Amino acid sequence: MRPFIAAAAGALFGIGLVVSGMANPMIVLGFFDVAGGWNPQLGFVMAGALAVMAPAWRLARGRAHALAGGAMPGPASGVIDARLIGGSAVFGVGWGITGLCPAPALAAIGLTGAEFWTFAGAMAVGVMVPRLVAGGRPAAA
Amino acid sequence: MDPNWLDGLVGGLLIGAAAALLLLGNGAIAGATGILRGFLKLDFGARWLERAGFVAALIAAPVLYADMVGRPTLEAPFGVATMAAGGLIVGVGAGFANGCTSGHGVCGLARLSKRSIVATLTFLTTTGVTVFVVRHVVGA
Repeated sequence: MRPFIAAAAGALFGIGLVVSGMANPMIVLGFFDVAGGWNPQLGFVMAGALAVMAPAWRLARGRAHALAGGAMPGPASGVIDARLIGGSAVFGVGWGITGLCPAPALAAIGLTGAEFWTFAGAMAVGVMVPRLVAGGRPAAA
Repeated sequence: MDPNWLDGLVGGLLIGAAAALLLLGNGAIAGATGILRGFLKLDFGARWLERAGFVAALIAAPVLYADMVGRPTLEAPFGVATMAAGGLIVGVGAGFANGCTSGHGVCGLARLSKRSIVATLTFLTTTGVTVFVVRHVVGA
């Protein structure tokens, strides 16, 4: 059951990313270009997503187990360190250059050309780098 | 309402519904960085199968959607070399931060996680500064 729920969520997520415009770098860059022709569309995407996800967390809090079995996520870690801030800062630079972040890049690769594929390939290498830097040992999850 | 804003809102509701389904159904967090990293570990366990299902559907569903509803215009701002460099920067950054727009920006913000609020404010700032530099300083 769990892999099917995951696939259904992935499908919904992918369609949502395409419908919303998140998978279109020009719409994303337009949102951040407050000094140019500002495009507020991304703000509506975030508002829509949070409007569903915030009550979902409230429902999750009252349950010990997920519907398909297994534990609910534990409380969020409050650790704010250099990895979090530095990593987020670096991520934003890449997002600002390309207009693509990880989920939309994956959702777009079936519809696009070499620019998107090379982005996604390099991104896949990139997400594994922190593990390699940690002395070749996988960081404790 | 501007039709593009409506697309944004409807798409955002779908993204939220996807994240809610994964949370309530499987107890998992719909963060693309974490799911992609877990998928790439290729340990072929039970959790791997879930991540593989999520990633495969995330890639395949937009193709089916485009066939049925129409192909969206998706245009990259730069050529292959710059997009590859950007992809590496995005991957490394999100990897160290343990999350990106989906994990910190949607799932984390929705439960008011302090970590995710800091991460989201940080990347929104550097994204905005980068767009300004690329479009109005370098590209001016």
